[in-house]
Amino acid sequence: MNLGGWIIMIASVGGTTCFLAWCIYRVMRKPKHRELHSTLDRPPDMNGEE
Amino acid sequence: MSGANRREGWGTRVGVILAVTGSAVGLGNFLRFPGTAAEYGGAFMIPYVIALLLLGLPIAWAEWAMGRYGGVRGFNSSPGIFRIICNRAKGAPYLGVLGLLVPVMIYTYYVFIEAWCLGYAYHYLAYGFGWDSSNPADQGFFGSFIGNNADGELFMHPAHPTLVFLGICVVLNFVLIYRGISKGIEWFALRAMPLLVICAIIIVIRVLTLGTPDPDKPDLNVINALGYMWNPVYGGKSLWVSLQNAEMWLEAAGQIFFSLSVGFGVIITYSSYLKQRDDIALSSTTAVAGNEWCEVALGGMMAIPAAFLFLGAEGAGGSTFSLGFTSLPKVFLEMPAGWVFGFLFFFLLFFAAVTSSISMLQPAIAFLEEGLGLDRKGSVCLLGFVTIIGTAFVVYFSADTKALASIDFWVGNFCIYVLATIQVILFGWVLGLKKGFIELDSGAELRIPRFVGFIIKYVSPVFLIVIFAVWVAQNFGKYVDQFQQDNIVRWSLMLIGLFLVFFVVLTMQAVKRWERQEQSERAEGGASI
Repeated sequence: MNLGGWIIMIASVGGTTCFLAWCIYRVMRKPKHRELHSTLDRPPDMNGEE
Repeated sequence: MSGANRREGWGTRVGVILAVTGSAVGLGNFLRFPGTAAEYGGAFMIPYVIALLLLGLPIAWAEWAMGRYGGVRGFNSSPGIFRIICNRAKGAPYLGVLGLLVPVMIYTYYVFIEAWCLGYAYHYLAYGFGWDSSNPADQGFFGSFIGNNADGELFMHPAHPTLVFLGICVVLNFVLIYRGISKGIEWFALRAMPLLVICAIIIVIRVLTLGTPDPDKPDLNVINALGYMWNPVYGGKSLWVSLQNAEMWLEAAGQIFFSLSVGFGVIITYSSYLKQRDDIALSSTTAVAGNEWCEVALGGMMAIPAAFLFLGAEGAGGSTFSLGFTSLPKVFLEMPAGWVFGFLFFFLLFFAAVTSSISMLQPAIAFLEEGLGLDRKGSVCLLGFVTIIGTAFVVYFSADTKALASIDFWVGNFCIYVLATIQVILFGWVLGLKKGFIELDSGAELRIPRFVGFIIKYVSPVFLIVIFAVWVAQNFGKYVDQFQQDNIVRWSLMLIGLFLVFFVVLTMQAVKRWERQEQSERAEGGASI
């Protein structure tokens, strides 16, 4: 295995591992102000349809 | 339609992420990816990452957003969701028929491969405990196990073991589907995915600690095995020369595309069961990350290095099936306690296959329920009957896996490209980026950068169309020749045509039903005013 192989392997395996770890961290972290993003159960264009 | 009030939904957020990841993680992660990557060396990872950023992630975000957009409005199947996105345009549901045809037809042969994995896992266990003297590494085992030698070979024995395993897989799939989204698919994904990852990690650790298995062949060691997989300078070509290989770029884009299950019609249905305030931006990104980790960090460190260690460079090549079901059994035969690792490997493939195959059934189940008004029992029975016909066709015409290969080519490749292109155009040009991003942002715990809109609207469709055109140019002539010369290829296409007509007829009925429902809802609304 040459230097390029080591670099690509570490970057690929490490990169995907860090990407997944970051996502899991974000999923597990409880959002502080979740209601700021959306308080709607129905999208605005459907309001008043019923 | 204002939406069915009594709708199914996911129980937990981790459940939906694992279900989508499980749908994407399959044989392609553990066999196709390492085989393709090793063919081009480590240079393959550069176009692979670029394709992930330009094709994989943007299409995944678009599909999740369109799915929930339709789901909130009461639709869970592609025909219904496409109809809503296109403002109830007449032809739109018929574009969505591909979202039923693709997963159902792929299921018809995928469940057969699933049965091979279960059968191999069982045989390793039986061999290890001495219940059976035959080993999957035996000469001719694979051929006789899948009926490769003659059409109808598996049906000549009244209870051929492969058919028994196939029966178990079919029952398992339909039991899980019958139990529903939360109690079936999610319940299984929450258990199967961690188990799959544990099995994979054990095998990776075993492969990386093998050292030099045969002292007489010092070149066949772990470091060289990893070099075979990851070295960018491969076959005497430098990295720069390797990157000029157009075929490698196509293969990388194809791998990303098929691996993430985008364009299958599955993600759009799964995400339609989410609520408006549920996050989809981070969940979809996490599902993509999970699939990539399984593919690169686990799949890339397992099959090819193991095959190289025991069989050398020649044994580490070959097709997906030959690597998985012929070469690796030889590796497990040579490996200390190989039957344990053989069992773990095929057990993990089996779990990966089940999480994928159940996802292929759900779009049609959702459609039968919302389009025809069938209850769960009725939709499962009807779909069970239809898929058994397709699977029986694939199992009967098993010689050289011709029926399987034909359906895989026309549906598992051709139709998927078409469906993915339709989806990305629908998101970028019909739903529109403004509405699309409002959908992605609703409940979002991750802000998708706005330049992704440009990628989805312009880059991804062009990328897809170019790949599709080159792929057609490379493969179409060969398959047209086969169509003219081979009866089984013709019959396979007729079967696909039959399934297509079946779903088109059902969609016509569904559209009439939806229109009636909308008319009555409007009338009720008018009366109440």
